[in-house]
Amino acid sequence: MTSALKIENLRKTYGNGFEALKGISLEVKEGDFFALLGPNGAGKSTTLGIVSSLVNKSDGTVSVFGHSIDKDLAKAKLSLGVVPQEFNFNPFEKVVDIVITQAGYYGIPAARARERAEFYLKKLGLWDKRNERARMLSGGMKRRLMIARALVHDPKVLILDEPTAGVDIELRRSMWEFLREINAAGTTIILTTHYLEEAESLCRNIAIIDHGQIIQNSSMKALLAKLNMETFILDLDGDLESVPQIEGYRVSLTDSHTLEVEVQKSQGLNAVFSQLSEQGVAVASMRNKANRLEELFVSLVDKNL
Amino acid sequence: MPSQLLFTAFWTIVVKEVRRFTRIWPQTLLPPAITMTLYFIIFGNLIGSRIGEMGGFDYMEYIVPGLIMMSVITNSYGNVVSSFFGTKFQHNIEELLVAPVPNWIILSGYVIGGMARGLAVGLIVTVLSMFFTDLQIHHLGVTVGIVLLTSIVFALGGFINAVFATTFDDISIIPTFVLTPLTYLGGVFYSIELLPEFWQGVSQLNPILYMVNTFRYGILGVSDINVGFAFTMIFVFIVALAGFSLHLLNIGKGIRN
Repeated sequence: MTSALKIENLRKTYGNGFEALKGISLEVKEGDFFALLGPNGAGKSTTLGIVSSLVNKSDGTVSVFGHSIDKDLAKAKLSLGVVPQEFNFNPFEKVVDIVITQAGYYGIPAARARERAEFYLKKLGLWDKRNERARMLSGGMKRRLMIARALVHDPKVLILDEPTAGVDIELRRSMWEFLREINAAGTTIILTTHYLEEAESLCRNIAIIDHGQIIQNSSMKALLAKLNMETFILDLDGDLESVPQIEGYRVSLTDSHTLEVEVQKSQGLNAVFSQLSEQGVAVASMRNKANRLEELFVSLVDKNL
Repeated sequence: MPSQLLFTAFWTIVVKEVRRFTRIWPQTLLPPAITMTLYFIIFGNLIGSRIGEMGGFDYMEYIVPGLIMMSVITNSYGNVVSSFFGTKFQHNIEELLVAPVPNWIILSGYVIGGMARGLAVGLIVTVLSMFFTDLQIHHLGVTVGIVLLTSIVFALGGFINAVFATTFDDISIIPTFVLTPLTYLGGVFYSIELLPEFWQGVSQLNPILYMVNTFRYGILGVSDINVGFAFTMIFVFIVALAGFSLHLLNIGKGIRN
């Protein structure tokens, strides 16, 4: 399968001497939905900034669909659509003009640019707002405007740097659906996010970057398989005065009607329920204490400290 | 990119620039119209009638070319410096940087945008001047040529200022402390023949003197300087400033980390 993005030994040292990237290598295959995760300041935005020509690299190579950003920058750029973390449109421009102007920068003639702007603004629920000044939009609408702008030239790779930051849950889920839809239609998506359930839900492959180095790069499935232990929270149907004993499991009582049970990967949950049942403890509901990916992410980043 | 795509990208920048200054016309087109009308009334009519002739012409006739040129200079410069700095400040320069637009197209688009505003204001001032004096053009080629080249020079100057600017103060320092004094001392209101020999020599170091006088030559047929030398000098300025501007864009000065 073709590489949508190939990064080799990428380094970036800023003018103040800060080494943001220490020689990272990464490959994203065509059609992938890829998560690039990492704590704040890990190097995610610097990496994406270099790929999208907003940051000058210090060393290394980057190619987009085989087009090197050093030798064939225009073709590499034509394949890329970028949704940055910060709002970076002119707030005094009309919504539709922002999208049409961006199409013009890619050489799309005005009539075709209008058609595409209409298509994506309708798709993202912004057509009714097309004649509003961009500063009048809500935060979620501004995010969607940046997605419409990034897609107007039909890029093969869409880079999204925290696209759902500050977006309410309902809108976030509708954006996930939209992203799944364009990924299914063939667009390779590279996503950074702090919402780990978002990465787990959407992405097939993942890289975790910390202190300018890739500390994990695998499929989401393979990564989640590494999770050895999960903590479950059991909401009890009634109050308890003392912690019930469940053989083989570590159990704690967080309040009189809530139990926390640590379950190893090799263990099942049946024994928990049967032992609780024997002791006359009824369970009303159960949930994971933390997102599975979040547990892994924290343990990997902690190890790298 | 094929040339048709490049032209579309270039034209998109120009349209965006023209749309910007026409959208905010009370800030861009109206003030110079009012200011220049006041100059015509006060310096041309009220004070000018007591000054008498300069260079063989009524004072009003003498200052009109200078005032038109002053408008072109300040507006060509002002449009690019404020627009490009604004795109940097709001980060929407990134819209251009992620797109496959070559740097020379970006520069050309902004320069033509600056020229458009400079020439639009120049035209407005020219039309206003006709209420105060009869304007006869002595040499059309020189008049049009010098006004176009001058607007290119100052649009490029505004671009360089915007690249280096990091605060809004930085985009007003050059216009206030360099451009305005050089323009006022560049023969807009007087012939340098009125100055003592030493100050005539000093004035000849001011490039704006050559632009104003060449434009005046185009309209009135009189000039304090050699017109051929003026065109050569302006051409050299354009090549040097355009080369430097492209270098700044290529290294990403002020726009790329």
